[in-house]
Amino acid sequence: MREAEVRRLLAANLLGALAIVLATLGPAFFLDGFSVLGTHLTWLCVCSVCVATLNIILHLVLKPNQSLKRRSFGHKISRFLKCCIYFFMSSILFHAIIVLYGAPLIELVTETFLFAVLLSTFTTLQCLCLLGPNIQAWIRVFSKNGAMSIWESSLQITSVCSILGAWFGAFPIPLDWDRPWQVWPISCSLGATFGYMAGLIIAPLWIHWNRKQLTYKSR
Amino acid sequence: RTRMRLRSGVFASSCLLVQALGVALFLRGFFPVPVRSVPRREARADPPAEPAPPGPGMVSNWTKIPPPLFKKVVIVLIDALRDDFVFGPKGKQFMPYTTQVVEKGTSYSFIAEAKPPTVTMPRIKALMTGSIPGFIDVVVNLNSPALLDDNLIWQAKTAGKRIIFYGDDTWVKLFPKHFVEYDGTTSFFVSDFTEVDDNVTRHLDRVLKREDWDLLILHYLGLDHIGHMTGPNSPLVGPKLREMDNILKKIHISLLSKVEEVSLPNLLVVCGDHGMSETGSHGGSSEGEVHTPLLFISSAFGKRSAPAAQPEHVQQTDLASTLAIGLGLPISRNSVGNLILPVVEGKTMREQLRFVHLNGFQLSRLLQENTPAYEKDPGYEHFKIAEKSHGNWIKLYLEGNNSEILLNLGKKVLKQYLEALKTLSSSLSKQVAQYDMYSMMVGTVIIMEVLILLLLSVPKALSKRAEFEVPLSPPLFSLLFYLMCLTLCAVHVIVCTSAESLCYFCSMSWLTAVGVIMLISALMCGILSAVANILENYRLPLKNPVPSSYSWSEIDVLILAGTIGHVLSLGASSFIEEEHQTWYFLINTLCLVLCQELCRNNFLLKECDPQHCTNVKQNFNSIGESSECKNIDIPAASNSKLGKATSSSEFIKGSDKWISLATPWIILICCRLLRSLNQTGVQWAHRPDFGHWLTSSEHKSELSFLAAVSLLMIFFLVQRRCSLVSKIAMSLGLLGVYSYRAAIGNVTFPWQHGGKDISKGITEARFVYVFVLGIVFTGTKDLLKSQVISADSSMKSTGLWEVYSGLVLLAALLFRPHNLPVLVFCLLIQTMMTKYIWIPLKFDAAQITIMHYWFGQAFFYFQGNSNGIATVDISAGFVGLDSYVEIPAIFLTAFATYAGPFLWAIHLLCYLSSEVSRNSAAVGHGCFCYALMRSIPVAIYVVLVTGLRYHLFIWSVFSPKLLYEGVHVFITAAVCLCFTAMDQNHSYKVQE
Repeated sequence: MREAEVRRLLAANLLGALAIVLATLGPAFFLDGFSVLGTHLTWLCVCSVCVATLNIILHLVLKPNQSLKRRSFGHKISRFLKCCIYFFMSSILFHAIIVLYGAPLIELVTETFLFAVLLSTFTTLQCLCLLGPNIQAWIRVFSKNGAMSIWESSLQITSVCSILGAWFGAFPIPLDWDRPWQVWPISCSLGATFGYMAGLIIAPLWIHWNRKQLTYKSR
Repeated sequence: RTRMRLRSGVFASSCLLVQALGVALFLRGFFPVPVRSVPRREARADPPAEPAPPGPGMVSNWTKIPPPLFKKVVIVLIDALRDDFVFGPKGKQFMPYTTQVVEKGTSYSFIAEAKPPTVTMPRIKALMTGSIPGFIDVVVNLNSPALLDDNLIWQAKTAGKRIIFYGDDTWVKLFPKHFVEYDGTTSFFVSDFTEVDDNVTRHLDRVLKREDWDLLILHYLGLDHIGHMTGPNSPLVGPKLREMDNILKKIHISLLSKVEEVSLPNLLVVCGDHGMSETGSHGGSSEGEVHTPLLFISSAFGKRSAPAAQPEHVQQTDLASTLAIGLGLPISRNSVGNLILPVVEGKTMREQLRFVHLNGFQLSRLLQENTPAYEKDPGYEHFKIAEKSHGNWIKLYLEGNNSEILLNLGKKVLKQYLEALKTLSSSLSKQVAQYDMYSMMVGTVIIMEVLILLLLSVPKALSKRAEFEVPLSPPLFSLLFYLMCLTLCAVHVIVCTSAESLCYFCSMSWLTAVGVIMLISALMCGILSAVANILENYRLPLKNPVPSSYSWSEIDVLILAGTIGHVLSLGASSFIEEEHQTWYFLINTLCLVLCQELCRNNFLLKECDPQHCTNVKQNFNSIGESSECKNIDIPAASNSKLGKATSSSEFIKGSDKWISLATPWIILICCRLLRSLNQTGVQWAHRPDFGHWLTSSEHKSELSFLAAVSLLMIFFLVQRRCSLVSKIAMSLGLLGVYSYRAAIGNVTFPWQHGGKDISKGITEARFVYVFVLGIVFTGTKDLLKSQVISADSSMKSTGLWEVYSGLVLLAALLFRPHNLPVLVFCLLIQTMMTKYIWIPLKFDAAQITIMHYWFGQAFFYFQGNSNGIATVDISAGFVGLDSYVEIPAIFLTAFATYAGPFLWAIHLLCYLSSEVSRNSAAVGHGCFCYALMRSIPVAIYVVLVTGLRYHLFIWSVFSPKLLYEGVHVFITAAVCLCFTAMDQNHSYKVQE
């Protein structure tokens, strides 16, 4: 049971990493002059959309937290709308935090906002897929010993890794190397992406190695 | 065996004092006072003759210094004249006459590169001696003693030239009794734009008519003042440049009119001592600060047909050699400059060769005096070759060979000479950075030993009792101690007798040196005994295992990672230039982590309870694993549980909870606002910020409003814990601050319209000083009372707070008006943090100390400081003073610069002494942590700087930072002494 679950997680996460690779390499065949550094905004959009689509599809296919109750169609719609609002709110919140960290307030708004959307895709969207629009559950998952399934552990790891990646990505900005990837927000978004991919790969391995210690409270 | 008990506060302060000594020694070694100047009397060696032509019978008759090329020379030095003010669009617009002379007239124009530090006094020295003054000249910039090196002015005076000087009185101090006539103006009142220059110009008409002078030097300060106050793009720059243009026109026309009367032409030199950065300050090495125009205008030069392309780059030091040749004087011995050849291009080939030979001879002699292996220097070799071919050329010349071939050959020799000069001067410039390695090493050893001792004693110092037992004379260590002393003394003697260059530590009296050596050995023994202690304790715990259940919270991880990361970042020049970004980044992250901590505390308080957790776990376990992946109802369940948890907990209730949750966000917003108040650093310093917007003249009313509101806020934030008398004094003092700023013209009163005469505001400033002293005195009195009578601790905390508010008032007086919001936000953040974060979350003293330190560092940069010398606001040292008085000026400037870290440290003291009821050792822990936080970066940085001493940016980036770090250590040592004094009081009470 446990082993099979971990294997499913690994497959899902590898698919996620693959989606990012595809989002980076794929568009070059369709769009002229596409490159991650040159047309960074396009890449941000493509990457966010790819990751988001894949996550939603995986959620629908794997159904890690299957509800036994059959719910009405209206309920589902309202839930979906709620999710959309939450996603938008989290993008705004990330944007605000990034500006508080020192990003320019008026210039480069599009860049900053798309970076915030990318971060939301890596973190909030997964939460929404897994936990639904339920803030209390989010707080539970992101506190110590709060995870209740390997999916939640994986969520913890990938989210923390992507945010840490973005955090570390800001380091090279003040260096005077004048490289194209030092331009705002390229280093941060690349950092977040690498962090996310690292998280996707680390999570199943970490769960596999710590499977003895991991005792999930569940019901 | 005698053992001494030592509290951690006392221990930390004494460690920091020793470290301050080490830092002082290191700084003395790192910034050596230049030793290469030969006393002037010896400097009057005979000038070299022309190289002798090979073969017998032929001797050149040119053995003396060549005669002057110019009769009268006028040097117009315009302070902070940047190259684009003359050659750029600004020059074309505002300096039409000069532009015309540059493009079509008889002139040569260059861009002279100044070496950092781009501050006036070192630049004057460079211009007149041709040498590159050491960095330490900045420190003595305000208090310039007479220049003792060989220099152009002295040479001119000895040669009987009559020199007249008008302008910056730095010159008068540098060259006392050198001028036959002078009028010095002081440059310290930066807000004066017109009078400083009128004081110079008023003499001009009279002097230009007279014939009784040979060298006239004018130093105009107005442009520099405008730059300091309003920046290079202010509307005031244009009229000032036009004024300068008119002055140049007047001088030039007057010099031209004299040409007919005398045989020799006259020369007008226009130069700047340094430029200005995009913010209008100077001191660093940005392009704008380094590039200055240099114009030679004389009827001797050929008329230019077409406007020249970009002016050529020369070194600022080249002026001294060129002028020496032009005036027929020997070149100053320490000059590393090259003759600027175009200036003498009109002369015959023989003369030109003679000039460059003189220059080359002087440079190679300087090289001989300073490097033992001078013969291997490529510059010296080149020079010797050139000298030889020069001799051959002279032979041909004396033989009467006067053809085209001779001219071409001469050109070839000239080229060889120029090559040699260039190489010589670059290898000499490199030598300027000669380090006194022995003193540096001794300083580093002391600093590192103190750091290791502090680190080793962390567990004991932060224990409950915060006490040490220092073994004073354990037998083994005393033997070791004597052995070490002897070895080190032997090393000292060997090093000092074998050293070639002068060394500060060797030149100290032997008693002092032995004292330092004993100190080093004692510290070493202390370290060894501490290590031995730790090893002993390692064996013991097997018997009584201490439950080390202490787990690392996110805050601890962040604090540790932040400290280490910051220290490591000091190795990169960009990270030093942009250090403010590091601190802003760290405190932002700190706020977010605090936010998470608050969330957890407010929402999940019960879940952290271990008992509860196990209950829940059992509950869950009993349900079994079968439904593990179908836990959709968990959210709902935890929801209700959490609801219960929060409702049952009386941790923080109602609105307080929400304010507490909002606190980190409010602080984050404050920090963001402060960040955009002063753009600092290097890369983004030119970005527009609120500070410049506010200080520009058209926003005076906004600035006045902001200053008034800020002062009001300061009053409300400070007064709540003061006694009534202090409240009244505080309000009057803050009113005084506003009227001081109104008096010197920074802000206006609402009822005031139109221009008002600007004064120095001495009365108003002194009025505020009276209240500052009064409040601090009241506070100290309360403190002493609480110590003697041992009354309740409330009196003590009131006393401390009053001292703190007195310092806040002083900071309010010294800060520029646009920086007053920094003070407001500082107080606001302190108040909010204390009320909603530190007290409710029950952080321990160490964590709170480190947070205070971080915020202090961030506020250092929020107030507009950077790691460059240029941002030090010297004007703070003249608040309320009639003229420059050294001690108060240094004290006030240091206080104004380090106001951020200092105020946070004093606030930490206030906070920790009020915490004493909860944790009796809080002040000791705080003191220890504060000392540790300061000593880690300084120790690592000293090592890094020693390693990077030949880095390209050592003078422009690393050295200023080293000075900042050094001064910060001294200030922290003072703060730690305050801590110890407070701790003392407390322990007395406990004993009673």
